Amino acid sequence: MAITELVDGDNNVTPVGKRLSFAENARGWIQNLKSGEIGSLPVVLGLVLIAVFFQAQNDRYLSAQNLTNLLVQMAAIATISTGIVFVLLIGEIDLSVGAMAGVGGVIIARLIVPDGTAEVPWYVALGLALLVGIVVGGIHGWFVAKIGVPSLIVTLATLFIGRGVVLAGTGKQGLIRVQDDSVIGIANTFLQPSVAWTIAIGAISIYAVTNYLSDRNAMSQGLSAQSWSMYVARTSLAAVMVLGVVAVTGNDRGLPLITVLLGAAVVILTVFAERTHFGRYIYAVGGNAEASRRAGINVDRIKIACFMIGSFMAVLGGLVLASRLRSVDNSAGEGNLLLNSIAGAVIGGTSLFGGRGKISSAIQGALVIASVESGMGLLGWPSDRKFMVTGAILLIAVTVDTVSRRTRQSSGRA
Amino acid sequence: MAGHDQTPLLEVSGVSKRFGSVQALYDVDLELYPGEVLGLVGDNGAGKSTLIKAISGNYKVDTGTFKFQGQPVQINDPKDSSDLGIEVVYQDLALCDNLNVTQNMFLGREEKNGVGLLDEATMQRRAAETLKRLSVTTLGSVNLNIAQLSGGQRQSVAVAKAVMWNSKAVILDEPTAALGVAQTRQVLELVRRLSAEGLGVLVISHNLHDLFEIADRFMVLRLGQKVADLVKTETTQQQVVEAITAGQLKYVPGQVTDDRDGEREDNGNN
Repeated sequence: MAITELVDGDNNVTPVGKRLSFAENARGWIQNLKSGEIGSLPVVLGLVLIAVFFQAQNDRYLSAQNLTNLLVQMAAIATISTGIVFVLLIGEIDLSVGAMAGVGGVIIARLIVPDGTAEVPWYVALGLALLVGIVVGGIHGWFVAKIGVPSLIVTLATLFIGRGVVLAGTGKQGLIRVQDDSVIGIANTFLQPSVAWTIAIGAISIYAVTNYLSDRNAMSQGLSAQSWSMYVARTSLAAVMVLGVVAVTGNDRGLPLITVLLGAAVVILTVFAERTHFGRYIYAVGGNAEASRRAGINVDRIKIACFMIGSFMAVLGGLVLASRLRSVDNSAGEGNLLLNSIAGAVIGGTSLFGGRGKISSAIQGALVIASVESGMGLLGWPSDRKFMVTGAILLIAVTVDTVSRRTRQSSGRA
Repeated sequence: MAGHDQTPLLEVSGVSKRFGSVQALYDVDLELYPGEVLGLVGDNGAGKSTLIKAISGNYKVDTGTFKFQGQPVQINDPKDSSDLGIEVVYQDLALCDNLNVTQNMFLGREEKNGVGLLDEATMQRRAAETLKRLSVTTLGSVNLNIAQLSGGQRQSVAVAKAVMWNSKAVILDEPTAALGVAQTRQVLELVRRLSAEGLGVLVISHNLHDLFEIADRFMVLRLGQKVADLVKTETTQQQVVEAITAGQLKYVPGQVTDDRDGEREDNGNN
């Protein structure tokens, strides 16, 4: 497509941007790759390797039933990971998310137990639990931003306190059964095919239209937009993935409701992180806190807000977990939930050094973690081996992050 | 070159600043005219940074007054000075490596679209326009991350960021200190273009050779005092160096403000 410039009269030039050619588009992409902007590539490669490996061991791995289970299993980790991304973006860490998921689960389960003591509707219980999450996150942020206590220590303290709360809250029996249908339904509802297909087609249409509008907007400002072939390729890829999920789950129980909820949450949080002032400031603070301060950004407020989001999402993750397991026991939020959630964010490409990462990376990472866990479960591997494998994956993921970061830095000087 | 019959853009009179026992600035005057490049020079510890931090509102002065375009003004915090149209580009540039050129130039002043979301396209266009106006052509795209830029390109982005908000005075702290030859050239040309656009530019530099290429006038600080104000056409590098190292001090350090028990004899310069 040719460059078009509308020149009217004197010096009033209104340039109209053009679409890039496919070659230009592809060249830019390869350029980014070489300079260490590797995007989702490691995750995609990792998923393929994982699928090939486990499918070779057990041909039920890629069955509709197992894949549907996988979508449900990944939901809690993915939810918590999205919160972790916000904390990692400002270059901090939150070790309390597992414990806070447990605390959230306990609060909700206790408040909705139909024993006639303090029974409240599930949404009131959820609201209270989320409020506790926000307050705890605020306390984390306050200690980190205002006092200067390292986040590692502040959130480690909450990890222990949260464990105590879970033990106290689950009482002598050590288990609270969840009987509320709405709570159980969150992770145990599978959508009718008609509903699932409608949602899928709606989502793809929205994606295609917003993408088109954003290109048109860029061109109206005289900027170049992606090539048509790239547009078609991206839209088709998204369509194939979404429709594929609906088709595969349709062969089993149907599209899990929690997958749709998770998808909606990711879209909302992505818009928040990438298209609002607040989100922009989160990245800025993670990149250079002093520069942000000089630009008039209230750095402390941004940090506190990120910790609040972290704990908020942890409580939501606790809800998902309680719903899937239909109970909350005294080990809620224990074990590898914390490490898996952090690993999820990091595997997806969120940097531990702050300033780099996407909300969707949490989903990608959680998918990797859940795929491995599901495979190991299918093969009946013992816990000892599971822990070792999870540790190795975390190390590999962080190494990839560190190496690509170094590549970026060295190519930055070119 | 600078028209001294005009009203100064910025006029600082009688500024003093003390940190504990150290008198960082003694009764310093400074005028910056529109369209001129003023080189602020002096040895380490002469008070250059303190002076620009006073002008930018990062330090509150003990005594002294400010006038902007002839009007008396108060500068109590950085916002006051940027509201007046004074922008400072510090040596560390204050750019976020993980954000792109546009995002850095608009940091803290992002444009919104109708629904309250960031209007990336408009910001990109305006960033590109500003860079084009300043003839910063080495930058391929306003979508590049700062991490991908060279030192000279970063400096150019920091300067463009400072001047895109209708600023009238720009203060550059050691703009060429970390740059190679070709990149230094880019930045010096950029400084000249700023003054050609009518901005007052105050440049701090240790590199007299570079400064002599771009500055119209030199103001020399020594031990917190202004010891010389030299017009480039009437001076030589040698004279500037002499002023930096041995310029005549109005006040003798230690004898002005302190009550002392005895006279000191070892101050040859008074």
